[in-house]
Amino acid sequence: MNKDIITEKLKVLVKPYVPEGKLLNNINEDTNLIKDLEINSINLIDVILDIELEFGIEIDNVSMEKMTTVGSAIEIIMNKLGRPGTSDA
Amino acid sequence: MSNRVVITGLGIVSPNATGTEAFIEAIKKGKSGIRFVRELADLNFSCCIAGLPDVPAELVKKYFTSLQLRNFNSSGILYGCIAGMEAWLDGGMSINNSDEADYDSGLIMGTGSAGVEKTREAIYKVDGGEVRRLGSNTLTQTMVSGVSAYLGGMLGLGNQVTTNSAACSTGTEAVLMAYERIKSGRAVRMIAGSTCDHGPYVWAGFDAIRVMTYKFNDFPEKGSRPMSRTASGFVPGSGAGALLLESLDSARQRGARIYAEVLGGEVNSGGQRGDGTMTVQNSAAVQRCIRNAVDSSGIKPQDIDAIDGHLTSTSKDSLEVRNWAEAINRKGEGFPYINSLKSMTGHCLTASGSIECAAAVLELYGQFLYPSINCEDVKPEIAEIISESRIPRELTFPERLNIIAKASLGFGDVNACIIFSRFID
Repeated sequence: MNKDIITEKLKVLVKPYVPEGKLLNNINEDTNLIKDLEINSINLIDVILDIELEFGIEIDNVSMEKMTTVGSAIEIIMNKLGRPGTSDA
Repeated sequence: MSNRVVITGLGIVSPNATGTEAFIEAIKKGKSGIRFVRELADLNFSCCIAGLPDVPAELVKKYFTSLQLRNFNSSGILYGCIAGMEAWLDGGMSINNSDEADYDSGLIMGTGSAGVEKTREAIYKVDGGEVRRLGSNTLTQTMVSGVSAYLGGMLGLGNQVTTNSAACSTGTEAVLMAYERIKSGRAVRMIAGSTCDHGPYVWAGFDAIRVMTYKFNDFPEKGSRPMSRTASGFVPGSGAGALLLESLDSARQRGARIYAEVLGGEVNSGGQRGDGTMTVQNSAAVQRCIRNAVDSSGIKPQDIDAIDGHLTSTSKDSLEVRNWAEAINRKGEGFPYINSLKSMTGHCLTASGSIECAAAVLELYGQFLYPSINCEDVKPEIAEIISESRIPRELTFPERLNIIAKASLGFGDVNACIIFSRFID
């Protein structure tokens, strides 16, 4: 699965938790889930569960703590999916 | 400046109607909200009939965001929040969209169980080692104060926001607690009410102790028969009621419509002493509760025009009538009118007190008494104490209807009695 597909799927997954749709218009790798997208911190748990379900992966607690931006989320998803050449593969 | 307390708003989610206008129409007509429930039969319940409110999807979406409704599975919270919001808006109040909490206004919304269906989901996940899968809103749906937490957040209330629990007396107790808080000057207005989840997990315990009727599964609307010779146990119900209580000064200042006034009341317990047990009231305590309620309201027993009873459609109905008669020293033709909303709604358990208080308030405002249905055959023990003419069997317009006494008697031997008055300026 390439990065663009993952990014699009991610946008769909976070949408229910973003208070205003327009916040999703100009996202980039540095977009902060809580500060920029205004997702309530408690809903990050739900975002992660939805990601696990969508991609068929499991995100451990250590990885969960690192998932603060769109970029880090994509990175973690790709790692868990087994990106070629990484030690997780 | 008085410290009188009045009712300025009502919200009702009842088995026989949702919404105040629909409820008034339903109770005037003697409409039953009881029906056969297939799920109970499939689960081997003896009692397979129940009262379940009809809540349209549009109404849910009016008050709950789609985010709140994700993985939402708590009927009690749903009913309670809808009733609470309706009472607030019915009272002419607007929703607080500011950044500041409204410190003048609070709420007491009672319940007996919390998100029973959601708890069941959670239990399976926890037992299956899948605690991670509970998501962010299992906790808030399964904590007993969930209903008051959700409602307090919807309205941005900043005074006391809490959930009380006193079995079947919960709703009436909530109204009295709110009354006292406003009377003492610690709040300007309080939403007071109670709710109850529906479903087999709530009702199973009652079925197990054989206190619900199993004889009317083929005739659901006839099953709930308070004060009738053929009553054979109560019919379970569910839903929520909410009353907006407010200081008279505040009500006048904002030109609010006033439904009725709370004159006073009493809560007490029989201590499960004397003839009281966990599930049967101590008669002396019930009578004491009624007498104290009357005294603290500044009225005399003769002033009571109607009694809205607890009257559940069990063998205890005659004892309750006897306790009323002895407490207020009135009998025969001289007894007040007496009716029971449970004849139409079934016993809504922790929601019963608030839905029934709301009905009593509406009777005073509209100057009518709803019929106590399924009482064509009055129990002989009751007919010995009071005249049958005291039980309205059809919509009644009494000559005088100024004071209604309402009591709720709960398991644990706990009692609450409240005195409502027609509002006289």
